[in-house]
Amino acid sequence: MQADETLDCFGLMCPMPIIKTAQAVKKMKIDQVLEIVATDKGIKQDMPAWCKTTGNECLAIEDSGEDIKVYVRKARD
Amino acid sequence: MAEKEKFTLVLFSGDLDKALAAFILATTAASMGMEVTMFFTFWGLNVIKRNEGPIKSKGIMRKMLNVLNRGGSSRLKLSKFNMLGMGTWMMKKLMKESKYPSIDEFIEMAKEMDIKMAPCSTSCGILGLPDDAFTDGVMSQAGAAFFLAQARESKTTLFI
Repeated sequence: MQADETLDCFGLMCPMPIIKTAQAVKKMKIDQVLEIVATDKGIKQDMPAWCKTTGNECLAIEDSGEDIKVYVRKARD
Repeated sequence: MAEKEKFTLVLFSGDLDKALAAFILATTAASMGMEVTMFFTFWGLNVIKRNEGPIKSKGIMRKMLNVLNRGGSSRLKLSKFNMLGMGTWMMKKLMKESKYPSIDEFIEMAKEMDIKMAPCSTSCGILGLPDDAFTDGVMSQAGAAFFLAQARESKTTLFI
């Protein structure tokens, strides 16, 4: 999947990937896509929950076994 | 977004593990767009005491208390397996190895996220804690009514 920016959260544990995502998304423009590369398994539940609460869109979650890539589209300011 | 959702918690405990849980939830709530208030009371005040310098209080009992119960984010202990500080030291080491933020770093994050951190005025009065006992960025002391006013507007409240 194409992303406008990538956020490295490799090795970081909950809630750091979410907090860093919130900071990164804040700086982005509407409709831009952020790729988050993480290893914390909780992110598969957490990112959809974060997106639902903040009104953003969780486009895809890809778990390769080595890392988990999550794609978030900024849907609102 | 319409009016922000609110999240309010009381941190009563001064234990490292419980403080960690409180800050994890507070910072995550803020990152989810919620307006967060943390109310620190009794032993929980130890978490937001500044780490440097002595805490000046009046009267022999309060002076003694604030030496024995000095507090500060770097002096917190685990609620279990402290083992004269060894368990706490090991936990801090494990957190560092896992690149996990310390309580100090969580406090900094909370400030950057505009999380309100209020010390309980009654506890401060009884324990003899002046305003300058706390780390920078902490609100002025507040009472039970302040907490309840925040709590009744919050969808989520916690007592830790």
